Amino acid sequence: MANLEVEIVAADHFVWSGAATLVKGFTSEGEIGILPGHTPLLAVLAPGLLEIAPVDGSRFFVEVDGGFFSVDSNRVVIVADNAQLKDGATSGAGIS
Amino acid sequence: MGAQIRVYRQKIASTTSMQKIFKAMELIATSRIGKARQRVAASLPYSNAITRAVSAVASQSEVNHPLTTEPDNIRRAAVLVMTSDRGLAGAYSASVLKQAEHLIELLHGEGKDVTTYLVGRKAQAYFDFRGRDYAKVWTGGTDAPEFETARELRKTLLADFATDFDEGGVDEIHVVYTQFKSMVVQEPAVIRLLPLEVVEEEVESSSDLLPLYDFEPKPEDVLDALLPRYIEARIFAALLQAAASELAARQRAMKSAGDNANDLIKKYTRLRNNARQAEITQELSEIVAGADALNAS
Repeated sequence: MANLEVEIVAADHFVWSGAATLVKGFTSEGEIGILPGHTPLLAVLAPGLLEIAPVDGSRFFVEVDGGFFSVDSNRVVIVADNAQLKDGATSGAGIS
Repeated sequence: MGAQIRVYRQKIASTTSMQKIFKAMELIATSRIGKARQRVAASLPYSNAITRAVSAVASQSEVNHPLTTEPDNIRRAAVLVMTSDRGLAGAYSASVLKQAEHLIELLHGEGKDVTTYLVGRKAQAYFDFRGRDYAKVWTGGTDAPEFETARELRKTLLADFATDFDEGGVDEIHVVYTQFKSMVVQEPAVIRLLPLEVVEEEVESSSDLLPLYDFEPKPEDVLDALLPRYIEARIFAALLQAAASELAARQRAMKSAGDNANDLIKKYTRLRNNARQAEITQELSEIVAGADALNAS
């Protein structure tokens, strides 16, 4: 199964990028989960926790306070005003 | 004669201490410039993502947003001028101000009122000295801008943009800043921030084609959320470029000031040596003349 290619950027720095199987977050309308093969989407992100499941089976959270994200052909770009990696996350998979 | 030597000695001493200051400032600018350029690079992913998203929404939906609609009649324009807080950066602030003056003149020529917003103490001093009005000034940290500053700038500018002309609002917004092209080339540049012109890019390969997005919530609301961020990103990018340019300009200015100080020190040292030698020669000839006079008597 194809994986999601996730990229998280904050206003003034790069946060994380890597392959993942699931991205879960909150839009202004409610909770949303993105799996590979999701239809192209551009949505406004509500403040809260993003849940990301990288391919290695682990799971980590990113705290964001608003922003938006786009999904197209398995590429998820999360653009946050401020993004904070919660503990448990290693930026090893990223190029931070 | 002795007085002359003393004068040269003083000049050498003061030039040497100035040279130390120039050298120190050059080194500081050099060490900070790398960081400033890194920050310019670090802000790129964000602004790229946001630009892509904005053009996706704008090209796929026929949404008329106040920020992208050209007003029929532009009566007042806002000019945001980005200069430095501190001097000793060569012509950096002066050339931005010159560019701003050009723009203001041009806008006046088109029959528009101009409101100015300033960044940096140098711009403030320039306007204060000439007794000219400005709407607001932001000072502090021009060589290491924070994202918060960009946010504040955006809030003020958007608030004034949303205000009616009769209540002092503006119809368009220009930004004058310095573009960082390379370590040796920084050019003052003008961009029109609002109303936005969403650039339709030429699509070169099919992978550049934007997919048909679903929007959540409505496209208008997405655009509502995106545009302020887009403007923030543009302002922040301009601030970062200006900061990198400021440091590069300072580094170059301090380098040439240091070199000039070196030349002066050399010149004064020669003159001092000349004066000292002249004094010795004169003393000798006085002694010889005295001895001759004694012998003759």
